[in-house]
Amino acid sequence: MTVLQKKAINPVAHLSAEDIENLGVELDAIREQIIASRGERDAAYIRGLIKTQRTLELGSRAVLLASLLPPAWLAGTAGLTIAKILENMEIGHNVMHGQWDWMRDPAIHSTSWEWDNASPAAQWKHSHNELHHTYTNVIGRDNDLGYGIMRVDEDQRWRPFYLAQPLWNLINACFFEYGIAAYDLELGLNLTKRRRRDPEFRARAAQVLTKIKAQVKKDYVVHPLLSGPSAPTTLVANLTANLLRNLWTHSVIMCGHFPEGVETFSRRSIEGETRGEWYLRQMLGSANISGSDLLHLMAGNLSFQIEHHLFPDLPSNRYKEIAPKIEDIFARYGLTYTTGSLPRQVASAWSKVIRLSLPNGFLDEVTEQPLATVTRLARTVAPAPRREPVAAAA
Amino acid sequence: MLTTMTVTTPGRGPLRRLGGHVRRVADAVATPLLPQDYLDLIAPLHGSVLRGRIESVHPETRDAVTLVIRPGRGWVEHRPGQYIRIGVDVDGVRLWRAYSLTSPPATGATVSITVKAIADGVVSSHLVRRARPGMIVGLDPPTGDFTLPLRRPAKLLFITAGSGITPVMGMLRSHLDELDDVIHVHAAPRREDVIFGGELRALARAGRLELIEHHDDTDGLLSTERLSALVPDLREREAWACGPAGLLATLESFYDTAGIADRLHTERFRPTILATGAGGSVTFTRQGTTVQGPGDVPLLSVGEGAGVLMPSGCRMGICFGCVVPLAEGTVRDLRSGALTHAAPGDNVQIQTCISAAAGPCRIDL
Ligand SMILES: Cc1cc2nc3c(=O)[nH]c(=O)nc-3n(C[C@H](O)[C@H](O)[C@H](O)COP(=O)(O)OP(=O)(O)OC[C@H]3O[C@@H](n4cnc5c(N)ncnc54)[C@H](O)[C@@H]3O)c2cc1C
Ligand code: FES
Repeated sequence: MTVLQKKAINPVAHLSAEDIENLGVELDAIREQIIASRGERDAAYIRGLIKTQRTLELGSRAVLLASLLPPAWLAGTAGLTIAKILENMEIGHNVMHGQWDWMRDPAIHSTSWEWDNASPAAQWKHSHNELHHTYTNVIGRDNDLGYGIMRVDEDQRWRPFYLAQPLWNLINACFFEYGIAAYDLELGLNLTKRRRRDPEFRARAAQVLTKIKAQVKKDYVVHPLLSGPSAPTTLVANLTANLLRNLWTHSVIMCGHFPEGVETFSRRSIEGETRGEWYLRQMLGSANISGSDLLHLMAGNLSFQIEHHLFPDLPSNRYKEIAPKIEDIFARYGLTYTTGSLPRQVASAWSKVIRLSLPNGFLDEVTEQPLATVTRLARTVAPAPRREPVAAAA
Repeated sequence: MLTTMTVTTPGRGPLRRLGGHVRRVADAVATPLLPQDYLDLIAPLHGSVLRGRIESVHPETRDAVTLVIRPGRGWVEHRPGQYIRIGVDVDGVRLWRAYSLTSPPATGATVSITVKAIADGVVSSHLVRRARPGMIVGLDPPTGDFTLPLRRPAKLLFITAGSGITPVMGMLRSHLDELDDVIHVHAAPRREDVIFGGELRALARAGRLELIEHHDDTDGLLSTERLSALVPDLREREAWACGPAGLLATLESFYDTAGIADRLHTERFRPTILATGAGGSVTFTRQGTTVQGPGDVPLLSVGEGAGVLMPSGCRMGICFGCVVPLAEGTVRDLRSGALTHAAPGDNVQIQTCISAAAGPCRIDL
């Protein structure tokens, strides 16, 4: 039985096994449509974006050479922050997902891409693409959920340690790129005495250290030194850009799986999962952020988290186009398409972090009132009279 | 060549050390990318990989064009008869194909290729219809051994058909002055389909070579009987032939039977697929992708279709540019039907352009 089925309202109780397979067929069809229409326009989009990002980064770094002047500091820091966000989100994250592999351009390919982040691409791809996207929101399997240090569901036993989880979360947000590197390394698990000696772990740790060294040297040594008299202000500019980038990416990513209304799953529930059930889990385990095109761009289109989780390898610039179709499927199958504005979703995610830092039932009102869910339970698929709970496969 | 270069390299000493420092700083700032990745944005011909810019496009026949290309940094001079590979984006997808160089080497800084659009041909149709001056294409340096020996033979015979004229045109434009006795038999459906028809006929009129045009529409397919009749001293001539697989196969068996197989040099544009069978699932282990590999489709195409970065070259079994390790499974050589088997861990090197899956396979890519 899934965690969600233990809740008062089981959100999938009304779906038969057949419904869920039909859902899979409909989603596969949407996927095929996008694959068939990928082409020149999409290629021009990613190439243009990469060019813009690199020009912005170089330009901002050049401006920062004179960062002693406040306007130069401001413009350079803003530009560098935006460049770093674009590089990590809309470009790096998505390229490493293989969203652009179909172009067969070795320069824009998941196997060759390296990003401006503490975690080496290879390790991030393993923990993110293979673990998080496969075991989305499965407690105990998906480290993205609370990164192994937080309580993310009522079903997880409360311990006093969790009282500090709002603090952990804030620290993690500030140093997010290092947090990612640490959990890609599974540091918590691997720092036990026995594991620490494992040559495989040591090799990976060495890779991370090499990467961090190069990153730190770039942002905190070479670039400031090149700025001559502006060295201290350039250093602060780079620190600021990295901090803002970390806070931003952390917020966006927290909105993907943390807001109220997002479901979590138990390990048992995914045994023998069918394709339709996998899709269903992605649908219930993700939340979107609504907003402008600019927001979607800066969020790396992870604001279409639901669409991204259904189709992690479709080009991100197409998520917006399929979102209405996906929302329609949610409505027709009587499921909740969780979405909300950025401030609402961030607040919702934080309130969950805070609520779960306390023992269950401590803040009853919050539990009962999901903050940011848009609920469309209108059902146009006529249900058969008797339904078996489906996600409880096996 | 190499020694003079080392001796005259400017900037040994202080200048070179300075260059080294600049490069190290540039590397440190560009990380995790390379400085070249930024350079690529403004100077694609001087970036990290060899590229070329199309300078001009000249129609040859109704379905063939000549592209004059300016190669960027990393180009090496070719020998006439060799081919290059060019990479173009068709519908956003980078595709590589081989084309023979039709220009002589050292014609300033440009080279040319001549492309004939084939029915349903993705790259050839794209180039013939959409190539424009200014377009940037990927390039691979010249390669191939369909070239004349340094000691030029006294009597030569060129046998070409259709777009098979291209490597030979490269040779004629470069070497004709050094060749005394050349007969060129060229087959095309009709007179107006002959690529470089005007130039060839002018050379013939000037007495530089003997041109024998064969028009399939009126003369029927070129047979060895007809060839022997047209070129009575065929056995005395060193021959270079390029054209459709059928013509080349006929020529090869003819020369073989006559016991003069070593006189014939051939160039193929595509492999002859003879043996097919049941396919299997193909897993690209590093990419973590599994797709169905039909028994008659080269693994190269299967991988490319799945977005895997497949190394490739001539795409027809001669250059070994497509060799990758088969970690496990069985593949079939599409030319001969021969099966190659790899037990787990064997990592047998296979040519993906002429191998198809013959059961489940795992490829280490
Ligand atoms: C060494 C070498 C030199 C070459 N030089 C030239 C050259 O100078 N000029 C030139 O025009 N081409 C040349 N080619 C052929 C060229 O590389 C491409 O194979 C050709 O342009 C077809 O590519 P495409 O993408 O258009 O066809 P594809 O989309 O790959 O193929 C479409 C269909 O056409 C068939 N097909 C593939 N190749 C041929 C062919 N050559 N003739 C007939 N049918 C074919 C395929 O089996 C398929 O069914 C050369 C090939 C090699 C290996
Ligand atoms: S690509 Fe040349 S041998 Fe396969």
